[in-house]
Amino acid sequence: MSIDLKTIKHISKLSRISVDEKKAEKLAGDLNSIFDFIEKLNELKTDNVEPLTSVAETTLKLRSDEVKSKNLRDQVIKNSPKENKDYFVVPKVIE
Amino acid sequence: MSDITKQSLSELVENIKSKKLSSSEVTKAFVERSEKSKELNAYITEDYANALNKAKKFDEKPKLDLKLPGIPMAVKDLFCTKDLRTTAGSKILNNFVPTYESTVTQNIWNEGAILMGKLNCDEFAMGSSNETSFFGNVQNPIDKNLVPGGSSGGSSSAVSAQLTPITIGTDTGGSIRQPASFTGTVGLKPTYGSCSRYGIVAFASSLDQAGPMAQNVKDCALLQEVISTYDEKDSTSIDFKRNAYSKELTKDIKGKKIGIPKEYRVDGMPKEIEDLWKKGIEYAKDCGAEIIDISLPHTNYALPTYYIVAPAEASSNLARYDGVKYGFRAEGENLTDMYEKTRSEGFGAEVQRRIMIGTYVLSSGYYDAYYLKAQKVRKLIKNDFDEAYKKVDAILTPSTPSSAFKIGEKTNDPVSMYLNDIFTVPVNLAGLPGISIPAGHDANGYPLGLQIIGKAFDEQNILNISYAMEEKINFKNNITDWWIK
Repeated sequence: MSIDLKTIKHISKLSRISVDEKKAEKLAGDLNSIFDFIEKLNELKTDNVEPLTSVAETTLKLRSDEVKSKNLRDQVIKNSPKENKDYFVVPKVIE
Repeated sequence: MSDITKQSLSELVENIKSKKLSSSEVTKAFVERSEKSKELNAYITEDYANALNKAKKFDEKPKLDLKLPGIPMAVKDLFCTKDLRTTAGSKILNNFVPTYESTVTQNIWNEGAILMGKLNCDEFAMGSSNETSFFGNVQNPIDKNLVPGGSSGGSSSAVSAQLTPITIGTDTGGSIRQPASFTGTVGLKPTYGSCSRYGIVAFASSLDQAGPMAQNVKDCALLQEVISTYDEKDSTSIDFKRNAYSKELTKDIKGKKIGIPKEYRVDGMPKEIEDLWKKGIEYAKDCGAEIIDISLPHTNYALPTYYIVAPAEASSNLARYDGVKYGFRAEGENLTDMYEKTRSEGFGAEVQRRIMIGTYVLSSGYYDAYYLKAQKVRKLIKNDFDEAYKKVDAILTPSTPSSAFKIGEKTNDPVSMYLNDIFTVPVNLAGLPGISIPAGHDANGYPLGLQIIGKAFDEQNILNISYAMEEKINFKNNITDWWIK
């Protein structure tokens, strides 16, 4: 298989990472060599194999639904890139 | 005592407990040595003044019954430390100051240790050479042209150069064991679920584990005892009975069955690795272990599986870096433009590459062909180990297919970089514990490591085997302090 520039542009859009032409070409080269390597898995027949989703053979523990941390607003906001002590600030979304 | 930084963690703990040394004396010694070692670039953030203050406070009211009384320690910059910048080696977290502490580091401070600073690593732990860090590459104390391994390269460099008595790293595909092997140190990746992932910057959540990196096996066991706890803040933390790893440590491994997997004899493996492995087998026999040939037939499929599973999980985990809530933000014309520019300027090339791979394998129409396929092969890889462990108690392999390589040698070829993790990745995919111990040198005098893989939750057993073999191997690291002017 081959990943072309159109596919790279599509993935970059899904990934929310902007790429220019030069970067797209480099990425196409890298991804193609990585996927050539990944294709090795097609040698294996896996029709009757159950997928492994978690190595930990335990079920999720239940806990009571209690509030354990309160009044965290200042902590949550503290690292926001645009300083504002009440909200996260983003570029205007609604005209 | 002028040779404080040459002492092992266990010696330092004993000397502080018996009041032969104070925490201030020990902390000052490691801070001074760290300050003289800037050329290694092992630290991203230094916190020396606070460390010296904390040591002074400790000495005023010493709690000598703790496990790490007044011991200074630098940690990988992937662990969130309250009020101290945590970058994960990335520009996108360059200004991030956590308001909370990771469980693993909290466990360490609860036992009396003192934070000295944050250690360099590959960006978001994605790399095998520490060259993807936004804060520059790290030098291997063995030789200035060599990488220290990765992703825990600052950690391996700092322990090997004795800038910190011991440290912690994280291991998603080999990021503790490979750098330990490259620097002549000991590194343990515990069983998945042994150490809490709470407060560790996430890379691939079904694979990530924190673990100790140390100068010797005894120190490693002591730190593992401190960091391995059940934690309800991590839904994958496992509530099992943990050993007192350092107290139960024994060199008596007589009759233990150790498996040698034939599939680890890979094409093109240097003769010195093959010889090291043979030597390792002899050491294990000398310790009274029984050697048994085993087969792990899907070994060759582990890396391709890993390079689907890990990027898929990473692309999902790293979606949170959007320039809105914390971290770096690039200005954009609208919201989407801001997201795209932030992520394009904030992430380095390797991280972007992996996000793109992950996004692709999870995208509509490709999920079954890649992600589901990889999960199925992952099951086959785990089955291989389950089958082997019906016959053996542990498995012995080389840690890496070569000794440390040169800075810049593999940066242009991602696949050749990925091949470094060929012996370590299967262990993460199966969720097992694995340890790398230094076992010899190559023709250049660069260290080589052996890996001992255990059954799930059987850290005590692989620590014991390592402890017994360590004595027979009697490894000496060739560190000349070339970086100290």
